[in-house]
Amino acid sequence: MGMLHDIIYSLPLGIVLPLFFALLICGCRPGQGKLIRALALAGTLIPCVWYLFIAGTFTWDHGDADYLKLTYHWFPAAGISLSFGADTISMLLVGLTVLLGPICVLASYTAITERLRTYYAWLLILQGAMTGVFLARDLILFYTFFEFTLVPLYILINLYGSTNRRAAATKFFLYTFTGSLITLAGLVYVAVKHHAGHHAWTFDFHALEATARSMTLREQTWVFWALLAGFAIKVPLFPVHTWLPLAHTEAPTAGSVILAGVLLKLGTYGIFRFALGFVPAACIHFAPTLAVLSIIGIIYAGLICWVQTDVKKLVAYSSVSHLGFCVLGLFALNSVGLSGSVLYMINHGLSTGALFLLIGMIYERYHTRSLKEMGGLARAMPIWASFMVFFTMASVGLPGLNGFVSEFMCMFGAFQSDSHRWAAAQAGHTGLLSGATPGELGPWFALAAGTGVIVTAMYLLYMLGKIVWGPLHEPGGSHGHGHDDGHARGVLPKDLGAREIGILLPLAALCLALGLYPTPILRALEPSTSAVARVIQHSRENPPPSGVPAESVASIAPADHPASDIAHPTSEGGSR
Amino acid sequence: MESKLTLLWPEIILFLTACCVMILGQSRHKDSRNLSPWVCGVGLALSGLAALYLPGFLAGQPWTIRADKLVDTALPSLPIYGKVLVAVLGLVMLPLMAGVSDRELEAAADRGRPFEALRSTRGEFYSFFLFSLTGVMLCASADDLIFLFLALELTSLPTYVMVALSTARNRSMEAGVKYFFLGALGAAVFLYGFALIYGATGSTHFHDITRSIVASAGAHAPNTLALIGVVLAVLGVCFKIAAVPMHFYTPDVYQGASASVAGFLAFVPKAAGFFAIMLLCSLVGWQWTSDPDHPALALFGNAPHLPDALRTILWVIAVMTMTAGNVLAIMQHSVKRILAYSSIAHSGYMLVGVIAGPGPEGSPFSRNGLAAVLFYLAAYGIMTIGAFAVVACLDKKTGSQTDEADDIEDLRGLALTRPLLGWTMVLSSMGLLGLPPLLGFFGKVPLFTAGIGAGEIPLVIILGINSAIAAYYYLRFAYVCFIEAPESLPSAPKIEPSPAAGARHITGFLSMVGVVGLVVIAGRIADFAAKGGTYDAPFIKAAKPAEDHAAKPGEPAGEQAAAKEPHEHGG
Repeated sequence: MGMLHDIIYSLPLGIVLPLFFALLICGCRPGQGKLIRALALAGTLIPCVWYLFIAGTFTWDHGDADYLKLTYHWFPAAGISLSFGADTISMLLVGLTVLLGPICVLASYTAITERLRTYYAWLLILQGAMTGVFLARDLILFYTFFEFTLVPLYILINLYGSTNRRAAATKFFLYTFTGSLITLAGLVYVAVKHHAGHHAWTFDFHALEATARSMTLREQTWVFWALLAGFAIKVPLFPVHTWLPLAHTEAPTAGSVILAGVLLKLGTYGIFRFALGFVPAACIHFAPTLAVLSIIGIIYAGLICWVQTDVKKLVAYSSVSHLGFCVLGLFALNSVGLSGSVLYMINHGLSTGALFLLIGMIYERYHTRSLKEMGGLARAMPIWASFMVFFTMASVGLPGLNGFVSEFMCMFGAFQSDSHRWAAAQAGHTGLLSGATPGELGPWFALAAGTGVIVTAMYLLYMLGKIVWGPLHEPGGSHGHGHDDGHARGVLPKDLGAREIGILLPLAALCLALGLYPTPILRALEPSTSAVARVIQHSRENPPPSGVPAESVASIAPADHPASDIAHPTSEGGSR
Repeated sequence: MESKLTLLWPEIILFLTACCVMILGQSRHKDSRNLSPWVCGVGLALSGLAALYLPGFLAGQPWTIRADKLVDTALPSLPIYGKVLVAVLGLVMLPLMAGVSDRELEAAADRGRPFEALRSTRGEFYSFFLFSLTGVMLCASADDLIFLFLALELTSLPTYVMVALSTARNRSMEAGVKYFFLGALGAAVFLYGFALIYGATGSTHFHDITRSIVASAGAHAPNTLALIGVVLAVLGVCFKIAAVPMHFYTPDVYQGASASVAGFLAFVPKAAGFFAIMLLCSLVGWQWTSDPDHPALALFGNAPHLPDALRTILWVIAVMTMTAGNVLAIMQHSVKRILAYSSIAHSGYMLVGVIAGPGPEGSPFSRNGLAAVLFYLAAYGIMTIGAFAVVACLDKKTGSQTDEADDIEDLRGLALTRPLLGWTMVLSSMGLLGLPPLLGFFGKVPLFTAGIGAGEIPLVIILGINSAIAAYYYLRFAYVCFIEAPESLPSAPKIEPSPAAGARHITGFLSMVGVVGLVVIAGRIADFAAKGGTYDAPFIKAAKPAEDHAAKPGEPAGEQAAAKEPHEHGG
C-alpha cells in the first residue's frame, strides 16, 4: 500500500503515463480507430486524475522550488541525474498541460481521420515531454524535455497541417533548435563554473543557482543572453517571433492549442526559472531592454493582427502580443509583476487555446479561415458565437474574466517597478502594495503597454465584428462543400455539438473562475514569486563585481560591497 | 608496464584471424567460404575480450579492467578503450559487409559453374577488413613514430582495396584510385612531419620526444622545428579524419564505394586518425600558456592549452571543417554524399574536444575533452553506420539497371513501407543531429562542457550554430522517411531489398538499438571513455622544471631522473 501510494504521488508518473499509453497506441492496428481514440483519451484523462491526487496533497503556499524532489542517478560521470521536483509555478503549468490534454484529444475526433496511431501517439508523447519540462530539476533533463517537445510538434504540423505545413514545420524546428543550442551553452557554462568552484560536477538546479548568482556581471550578461537566445525564440519575443504565426496557421487545431497553450510557456517558464533565478544581476541590468522589446512586440504584433484576413493568423499574432505582457511582467522584477506573469501564462493558455479550438471548429465546417469569406456567423451558429464572444472578451481583458487580472497585474508590476517611487515609500509614503521593490521600469513602461491594451481591444473586436456579427455570410454558398468533408457533413451538426460544447465548457468555467476569484492562486504564487523577487533585491543590494572574471574576487565581493548601494537606488536606476 | 608484445595480443589475434580468413575465402566448398564472416566475428570478439581483460589477467587480477599505465605515452590508457571500441564496432559492422564481394561469382557457382577461386575476392575483402581494424588498434597503442606510421598505413592501405573491390562498377575503381593517391599525399605530409619531429628531438619514441621538446622549449612555445613537425603531422592525419584542407575526397569516395564500405570508411580511418591526433598533440601537451602579447589571448583566456601555433591551426581547421561539412551537406541529393559531408562536420565537432584537451589534472569526464572525443567516436560510429546500413539494404531498379537506393527521394515513406529501416534512418539522423534524448546528444554535451571548461567559448558557440545548420539536412532524412508518402508513380524507380539485406538489417537494427538503448548505460561508457582519455600530466610536469637549468643539451641524466621518478608514481 505504501509503495502504491509512493508511486501515485510521485512526479515522474505524470510523464510516464502518457508515454505508456503512447506505447499502447503503437501496439494497435491501424484500423482500430475507436480503440486508438479511447486509449488516447485515457492517456490524457488518467494524468488529470493523477494531477488531482497530487494537487490535493500539495502544499501550495510555500516557495520551495524543490518540493517533492525525487532524484535517480543516471549518468554520474557527467553529473546528469533524473531529478524531479515541483513548486507552485511548476504545478500550475503542469495543471494547464494535463487539462489541455483531453481537450486536444477530443478536439481531434473528427478533424483527424488518417494515420490515427501516429497522431495520437505523438500527441501523448508531446504531453509527457511538456509535463517533464515543468517537473525537471536537472538542467540536462530539463533541456532534454525542452528539446524533445520539438519532435512531436514537428511531426504533427508536418503530417496533419494545412497547405504550407512543410515550410512552417521546418522553420519552427530550425528556429527553436538553433536558439536552444545557445541556451545549452549558457547552462553548461554555469555547470563548468560550478565545477571550477566546488570540484563537484552536477547539473542540479539548486546547486547551480548559487554559483550562477555569484558570477561577475560580465559573465552573467553572457549567460543571460545565451539563455535568452533559446527562451526568447520560444516565447516568442519581438524580433524573433516570425516562426510563430506560420507554425500556428499551419498546425492542426490540437497542435495550435498546445503550441499556444503550453509550448510558448516553456519560454516564459525558462526565463522565470533560469534567467531570473540564475542571473538576477544581468536581469536587472537588461530589464529595460527586454521590457522595450516586449512592448514593441505588444504593439507591433497587435497592429499586424488588425490587418489580418486569416482569422487563425490573427489569433496567432495576438499570442505574440499577449506574451509580450507576460515578459513585461517578468521583467518588472517584483512580486506583483511575477505573479501576474505566471497567472498570465495560465490565462493565455485557457483563452487563446479556446480561441484556436473555436477557429478549428469553424474550419472543420467551412474549410476556410478567411475573414473575407465569412461573417455574421452568430445567426448561423449561436452557441459557437456565444463562446467566441466569451473567450475573445477573456482575451481582451474584460474585467470579471481572467485576462483582466493578469494583464492588470503585469502592467501594475511594471508601473510599480520604479526606483523613485520606492525611494518615496522608504521615506514613509506608504500606499504601495507589499512586494514593491525598486525597479528598472516605471510608469512610462506601463503606459506604453497600456496602449497595447487598446490595440488588443481594437483588433479582437474588429475580428468579432467581422466574423460573429453583421449580415450572415457563409463561405461557398452553404456549408459542406469542401472537397473532403463527406464525413464531416454526417458527423458535425450545423452549430456546435455536445462534444464540442463539452470541451469548451471547462475552459469557460476556469476563465470565469479565475476572473472572479483569482485570490487562491495568487496567494499560492506569492511565496514563490516573492522568493524570486527577494533574490533579485539581494542582487540589487549586493551587485556582483563587473570586470573580468576572477574567482577569488567573485566569492568575496558581496561582503566587500558596503550597504551604501541600497542608499542610492535612484542613482542606480537612473544610470540605466 | 608490460612488455610490448603481451599488450598486442588483441592485434595478434585479429591478424591471425585475417590470415585464416584469407585462405578460407578461397575454399572450393561453399560452406567453408561462407564460414569466413563467422570466423571474422569470432576473431573480433576474442580480440575485444583480450583487449578488455588480458591486461588484468597478466597482472593477476582476472576479470577486472585495468586503468593504470599500459604504454609509455602521455595517454597510457588509450589502448584499452581504443581496442574495445574497434572490436565492438567491428562486430557491429561485420554483418554490413555481407554480400559486398563475389556477388556475381557466387551466383554463377550456384548455377553449377565451378567456383573460380582466382577471381574471388571474398578472402581478401574480409581479411582486409580485419587488417584495417588491426591497424586502428595498433594506432591506439602506438608509442613510437614509426609504429604510429605503420599503424596508420595498415589502417588505410586495406581500405583503398576495399573501396575498389566494393562494387563491380567503374566508379568504385575510380574512387579507389582517387582515395589511394590522396591518401598517399596525406601520408607523405605526416611522414614529413614525423621526420621533422625526429630531426628536432633525435628520437622516435614518444616518451623521449616529449622530454626533449619540453627540455628545449621556450617560455610559451616548444622548439619551432618540433612544433612545425607536429603541425605537419597533424595536418597529414587530417586526411584520415576528413578535416577541411584534406577533405575533398570524402564525398566522391563514399559515393563511389558501396554503402557498406562507405560506412566502414566513415568510422574506421576516422577513429585511427583521432587516436593519432590525440597522441601527436600529447607529444607537445596541453600545458602551454600564451605569450601575454599574443592576440589569441584576448579571445581564449590563458588557461593551459596546446602551443599557440598548433591550437590556432586546429581551431581554424575545426571551424572550417564543421562549417564546410554542414553547409555543403545541405546542397546534396545523394544520401551517401550527405552522410559524407556529415562525417566531415562531425570531425570538426570532435576536434573541439582535442583543442579543449584533458582539462586540469584530475578532471572528471565532463571536463576532459579527450574523453569526450572518445565517447563521441563511439556514439558517432554507431549512428553513422546505421545510416549507411539503411542505404546498403536498399536497391533501386530503374529499367533493367539495379543500383543502390542512394537518392534521398528513394527513401520516401520508408518508415511506412519498411519500418525497421525507416526508423533506423530516422533515429540515426536524429542522433547525429544531437537531439535529446538520443545518444548523439549525450556525445555532444561533453564536447560543450569540455570546450567551455577550457575557455573555448567562441568555438562552442560555433559548434552550437553548426549543429543547428545540420538540423536542416538531418531533418530532411526524417521528413522523407517519416512524413512523405511512398512514391506511387509507375515511372518511379522500384525500391527493393538488396541481395544481402537480411544480414545488413542486423547492423541497422544494432545501430538503432544503440542510438536509443546505449543512453541508459551512457554513464558506464562515459566512465570507460574517461579512463581511456586519462592524460598523464605528470609526464610533462616532471620534465618541466628541468627546462630552467637543463635547457642546454648534454645533461640528459638529471632530466631523465626527474622525468622518470613521478612517472613511476603515476604508474
